[in-house]
Amino acid sequence: MNKKHTWSKNEKVFLGLLIPILILFFCFNTLPLIKGFYYGLTNFRGYGNYDFVGLRNFIEVFQDSRVGKSYLFTFKYAIVMTIAVNVISLILALGLNSKIRGKNALRGIYFVPNILGGLVVGYIFSFIFTYILPAIGEAAGISFLSNSILGSTTWAWVAIVIVGAWQGIAMNTIIYISGLQTVPEDVYEAGMLDGSTGWRKFKDITLPLIMPFITINLVLCMKNAMMVFDQIMALTKGGPSQSTESISYLIYNNGMSGGQFGFQSANAFIFFIVIVAISIFQTTILGKKEEQL
Amino acid sequence: MSKATINEGAVGGRTANRIINILLVIGCLTVAFPLYMTVIIAFKKPSEMTNDVAGALGFPSSWSFSNFAEAMEVTDFWHSLGNSLLLTGATVIICVILHSLAGYLIGRKMARIKAFKAFYLYLISGMFVPFAVLMMPLVKQTAEIGIANRFGVIVLYVVFFMPMNVMLYSGYLSNIPTALDEASHVDGAGVWQTFWKIIFPNMKPMHATVAVLTAMSTWNDVMTPLVIMSGTDENTLPLAQLNFQTQFGTNYNLAFASYLLALLPILIFYVICQKQIINGVVNGAVK
Repeated sequence: MNKKHTWSKNEKVFLGLLIPILILFFCFNTLPLIKGFYYGLTNFRGYGNYDFVGLRNFIEVFQDSRVGKSYLFTFKYAIVMTIAVNVISLILALGLNSKIRGKNALRGIYFVPNILGGLVVGYIFSFIFTYILPAIGEAAGISFLSNSILGSTTWAWVAIVIVGAWQGIAMNTIIYISGLQTVPEDVYEAGMLDGSTGWRKFKDITLPLIMPFITINLVLCMKNAMMVFDQIMALTKGGPSQSTESISYLIYNNGMSGGQFGFQSANAFIFFIVIVAISIFQTTILGKKEEQL
Repeated sequence: MSKATINEGAVGGRTANRIINILLVIGCLTVAFPLYMTVIIAFKKPSEMTNDVAGALGFPSSWSFSNFAEAMEVTDFWHSLGNSLLLTGATVIICVILHSLAGYLIGRKMARIKAFKAFYLYLISGMFVPFAVLMMPLVKQTAEIGIANRFGVIVLYVVFFMPMNVMLYSGYLSNIPTALDEASHVDGAGVWQTFWKIIFPNMKPMHATVAVLTAMSTWNDVMTPLVIMSGTDENTLPLAQLNFQTQFGTNYNLAFASYLLALLPILIFYVICQKQIINGVVNGAVK
């Protein structure tokens, strides 16, 4: 391994204890990743015999309109989610960090959505979108609302954003609050003497100082949104006419029961590369921004 | 969460803070409304559900628990609850022991030995791999070696949370001076004894964070048990809702009673350990 280093007895024990853990990790993380690539090279349907088809699946992933649609939906969802969730939770965090009564109780309440399971929350909201909103629309005479937005190919994705945001905001708000608490009071006092108040104070003092927390929240939120599954399972099952099919859902649906085991394995492997690329991109770009400030 | 008084708010005046206060209280309705609706519908009879807003949201004519009793029977509630508790409990215990050990082994040596640094980076890189990517090969793999069951799901959770938890633990190690290791070594304790007697107890704050994060992700996870345990008759609490939905989806009162039952355990847990949960989530994200 590392020839120059002579291993002491103590270090050998460390290595001996660590190796079984690494093997476990390899078997259920790296090995399936390699196997996924391997399946991607075949026309396996999930059962029976299969043949090698070379890189055909990997090329067809880029040509398949359903896969393309699922990427478009997933990116649209992830970007809108990330922006909406972060703007709202930053405002909420500023409010919850100001001199207010019942601060701890309010923080506790706003965090509740984050602890609940995405699937059940999805079912509850499904009822709101299917019955409550149309009933309100009818009573108020808003024709736009009188049909369930879950049935609309143009608007169903918004419903999924709403449910995702309801839960995501809770998480990001609490992180922003802990960020705001790291800003020392005397910085604001100094800023006050220089005459920066209101929006200027926020933009020039608060924002730069909580930049690391913005990075964390953007990365976390984007990553979670890219993998959206539970909400889709509960709200639309990818419909109507595949307009809300996320990549995870497509892999699950067509790979597990749609006879596309090989093809979806190729899709999954490319999805993995996309996730890695986004993560590296985000950390480099946002990391640079932090250093400048 | 100390009562740090930071001068915040756009205008900074008293009136501004009062307005913020009122807005925040009103905003709570967005959190409360779906939960209120769940409770109300769970207590109603199907005949009380008329097609207007009042029909769905008004109080039930009587607060009867019959929906809950029926939902418990239909979804085999106690069994699903038991499975969820088993999966979460076992995963948390194994994760806390195994990942703190791995974090210790790697964290203590990676500064000086390149191989350990490489192991660290190898484990951390697992964070980039979403479950959806590994799902299909894992379904085959667990079936082949005969662990497409609750045991297999626990193994997968332990591996899946390893990158994050090892990072948290090895990061926390810098708070524990190496002098403690050395003193223990001088006393004749081996590596395992040193870890178990000295390091493990000293990692207590990080155990809380890891336990909270692992427990919440495990408890609410749908995908892993869905694809791995589909061949068995076993359900977790979320899976029971999924199966319920496909079978009896039209009886909303029964469904909402079932949803409420599924949400209650974690809500109760949150009310009891709110501080630990919030701290855990913040620590996990920020560190």
